[in-house]
Amino acid sequence: MNTLERAAAGPRKNATRRRRPGRRGAFFRGRLLHIWTWLVIAWLFLPIAVMILFGFNDTRGRYNQTWQGFTLRWYGELFAIDDLTVALVNSLLIALLTMLIAGVLGTLIGLALGRYRFRGSGLMKLVMFAAISCAEIIMGASLLSMFVTLAVPLGFWTIVISHVMFSVSFVAVTVRARVMVVDRSIEEAARDLGASSWETFRLVTFPMIFPGVLAGSLLAFALSIDDFVITNFVSGGTVTFPLWIYGATRVGIPPQVNVMGTLIFAVGVLIAVLNAFGGRRGGT
Amino acid sequence: MKGSRLRAALTPYLLILPGGLWLAIFFVVPMIVMLSLSLQSGNIVDGFAFTWNWRNYLDGIANHHDQMIRSIGYGLAATVITIVVGFPVAYWIAFRGGRRKNMYLLLLLMPFLVSFVLRTISWQFFLADDGVLLGPLKRIGLLPEDFHILATGTAVVLGLAYNFLPFMVLPIYVALERIDPRILEAAADLYANRVQTFLRVVLPLSLPGVFAGVLMTFVPACSDYVNASILGGATNTMIGNVIQNQYLVTQDYPVAAALSFTLMAVLLIGIFAYARALGSEEVLEVTAR
Repeated sequence: MNTLERAAAGPRKNATRRRRPGRRGAFFRGRLLHIWTWLVIAWLFLPIAVMILFGFNDTRGRYNQTWQGFTLRWYGELFAIDDLTVALVNSLLIALLTMLIAGVLGTLIGLALGRYRFRGSGLMKLVMFAAISCAEIIMGASLLSMFVTLAVPLGFWTIVISHVMFSVSFVAVTVRARVMVVDRSIEEAARDLGASSWETFRLVTFPMIFPGVLAGSLLAFALSIDDFVITNFVSGGTVTFPLWIYGATRVGIPPQVNVMGTLIFAVGVLIAVLNAFGGRRGGT
Repeated sequence: MKGSRLRAALTPYLLILPGGLWLAIFFVVPMIVMLSLSLQSGNIVDGFAFTWNWRNYLDGIANHHDQMIRSIGYGLAATVITIVVGFPVAYWIAFRGGRRKNMYLLLLLMPFLVSFVLRTISWQFFLADDGVLLGPLKRIGLLPEDFHILATGTAVVLGLAYNFLPFMVLPIYVALERIDPRILEAAADLYANRVQTFLRVVLPLSLPGVFAGVLMTFVPACSDYVNASILGGATNTMIGNVIQNQYLVTQDYPVAAALSFTLMAVLLIGIFAYARALGSEEVLEVTAR
């Protein structure tokens, strides 16, 4: 409550008298909601905890659902299952390519939508909205329908194509949001100082929208590396990390999967924490 | 001068061209191909031919309406759970998170660094009959020996609610965060108590967020098949399991395509009915934000 409103609320005593009964209720309710929030966070972390725990499980045989003792063995034998390692490498390569291609294409769309008013922008937004909100199984099924009809061989590249397709809109939306808050007068100043339009873009515009480009590209990476449904439809014989895990559910998940999950989680947490600190320093 | 004006007019089109083509070729065209495939007849060995074969739809629905209805039921249940569980969280973070708002949001999103499939499998470990949760409870006699939760609809709905919770919390959070605190003070100054303020000010203003959240949870929850196949067992399959199976195992493409379109139609009808009931005209704005 700012001073102006406090003045408008009339005599101070009156205001405090009116607020007090509500205050105690708010304290109690705030406390309950606070506990609830932490309970929900705990719920969200529960399977992560189970995953980390079972990475240390001293399993005998392929059965890894009960706790059988502590071991660090699986960290040492992380890459002992060849096709699991291949699947992980596939996932990382596909995610990197997706990040690059969708990053570029999405940035261009984001720039166009955030900066220019043009006929057809409504259609573009509609298609992007449809691609973002479409059920994954429908996208996977339709892509497979097309690839089968055209006899396109399924594999690594059909996965990359599909991943770029579903993540490009997310990059575009993220970049567009950033483009819209960038101050255009800085670009005009660059022009006035004699910069060509390419120089203006390279030296002024791009650095200003870069946080959006980075966030969008990382989102594309994350969406790609985690995707199961669409990949399952268009993968052919190529196996990615989620596909391998899913395939292994029938015969039992080896502890290495949990170790890899734990390490990916750790790297993600590290990046997120660094990003949070970096963002604070950048003053955004 | 004329050249530069032309270039300025063309720039946006050149910018959207590569990405737009990608979306056209790999999103729009496949939908059309699938629509055509759903009206074809034939089989994988002899090939397919376009015959206006509406029977694919009739057969698909006749044989799989159970899974279709179950999917919608599970999807609705999971959506309701995410609202009930997620709204208070979004409310607390938006209004009382203070300077730690971002930390709480980060904590909500952090588990999603781990693969969707892997998290669902972890639930399987956790809920297994002699797993980390039920095992000890059974040993100390709190649960009967034959109690199980895996391979039930409850496990599937819990898995769906778990996996799609952030898609509900984030849009609600954004909507609540946008509410000007002065509006709440105005309500208090007009002698509204906390319940009235919540029901008549906060709740209506949060509805666009709830709306976006429902869209983002209901659609993926209804069409999911990973949760059902990992947590649900053989008797709780959803329509996604059928479509997946028909495409990748049976290879009965026309019926599978017809089922996909039926699912899409059901989801679209649901979304439009919901949009009309809510009277929201900013569907696109809210979700495409």
